[in-house]
Amino acid sequence: MDAEVTLDRAETGEFGDFLEAIFERYHYDFRHYAEASLRRRLAAALAHFGYHELSELRARVLGDREVFTELLRFLTVQVSDLFRDPSYYRALREHVVPVLKTYPSLKIWVAGCATGEEAYSLAILLREEGLLERTQIYATDIHPESLRVAEEGVYALDRLARFSENYLLAGGRASLADYYVARYASAVLDRSLKRSILFADHSLATDSVFAETQLVSCRNVLIYFERALQDRAIGVLHDSLCRRGFLGLGSKESLRFSTHAVSFAEFLPDVRIYQRR
Amino acid sequence: MLETQAKAIVIGGSSGALDALGVILPALPRGFLVPLAIVLHVPPSKPNGLVDLFRATASLAVKEAEDKEPLAPGTVYVACPSYHLLVERGGYFSLSVDEPVHFSRPAIDVLFESAADAYGRSLAGVLLSGANEDGALGLSRILAAGGSTVVQDPNTASARQMPEAALRDGLAHRVLPPRDIAPYLVHFAAEHFAPGKSPVKEHG
Repeated sequence: MDAEVTLDRAETGEFGDFLEAIFERYHYDFRHYAEASLRRRLAAALAHFGYHELSELRARVLGDREVFTELLRFLTVQVSDLFRDPSYYRALREHVVPVLKTYPSLKIWVAGCATGEEAYSLAILLREEGLLERTQIYATDIHPESLRVAEEGVYALDRLARFSENYLLAGGRASLADYYVARYASAVLDRSLKRSILFADHSLATDSVFAETQLVSCRNVLIYFERALQDRAIGVLHDSLCRRGFLGLGSKESLRFSTHAVSFAEFLPDVRIYQRR
Repeated sequence: MLETQAKAIVIGGSSGALDALGVILPALPRGFLVPLAIVLHVPPSKPNGLVDLFRATASLAVKEAEDKEPLAPGTVYVACPSYHLLVERGGYFSLSVDEPVHFSRPAIDVLFESAADAYGRSLAGVLLSGANEDGALGLSRILAAGGSTVVQDPNTASARQMPEAALRDGLAHRVLPPRDIAPYLVHFAAEHFAPGKSPVKEHG
């Protein structure tokens, strides 16, 4: 990330006004995001658009929806891998899947799916466990371009070595190569995986529950929120889960400080998997 | 929320920085009332052994910095591997998985810049031994925000590139060998800003 351009301290009010204006114009709500990293990403956006002042960017963004769409790429984070944090997927496979097998049909929600890596990882895992045919995965994000990439299920081939290593560490039963075909410099994921995944627009900051689910996976999303917004989001995730449903968070996220903590049991604390009471 | 007099110290380094910290941390006395946050470049696959390592010799409390955790006086916070560590204006930490900076996550620049925003002139930044140029930009932000900057004397660093990058850009108030850094920080912690001149902190 190019951080040569920085937003200095004097721009606090302007920064807040910018987020407020975006919310009013486009209904994307970044007002309660953790500010420090958002500022960094906004500084990178300024550099990208060739501006030095937030006011210049603001005028462009408010006047042109396409510029706003381009800005969204900076405001949202889209970094993930297939089977990122293999111990998480291994734990799901060993300890959560046996419970999931007791349900006649399954709904699973990947909240903040970015470019789809996590949703496809779950689809592969569920296929190997014989559950995919009776599962509907909802994978949601606020960023249309990420959802489009996710929908395609095509990843740069040079990332596949790491993905394969993750897959095996996660307890994969076959070879990751069984799930994609290489085409030029790309790996195209097995189309049949996608049949079980519905990619859709959803914001944890402004939207509410849309389905009753047995598992929600929401990894490295909450860290971008201030605590009050974290609480709102966890409330939505909670309300989506059936009784005894599972919630998986990122490896450095926890419910400890949340008002919803009492509504969950620590199912597998090491890998941040919780169970709704 | 932050007291107007609240201070913080941020420390960054990579190759060779452990040696320097092995001198600095044990020399910070119990009763040292400023929080310290440390980013070291560590291989992403390794578990965070730094906390145990520092605990063995430091007289201050040492822990991994957690998301949205308030900075408490006299505590040494260590960045966890694979996440950037940032300081928010409300005086608490955030983590992020944004892209690596200088091929590093955590990156020193990210911690330093965010802490400069949050603490202004109440911040001291210390850049130690290291083999790339992460930290120089962050140190320049600390300087611009009115904070104090220390760079390890390259002649005492097993990797010179990181401190030299900062010195080349003229970013150091002090260039010190490791044994003189703790006394400097003790002085920084004790220093009183003139009334009315203390930096204004915005609340989260």
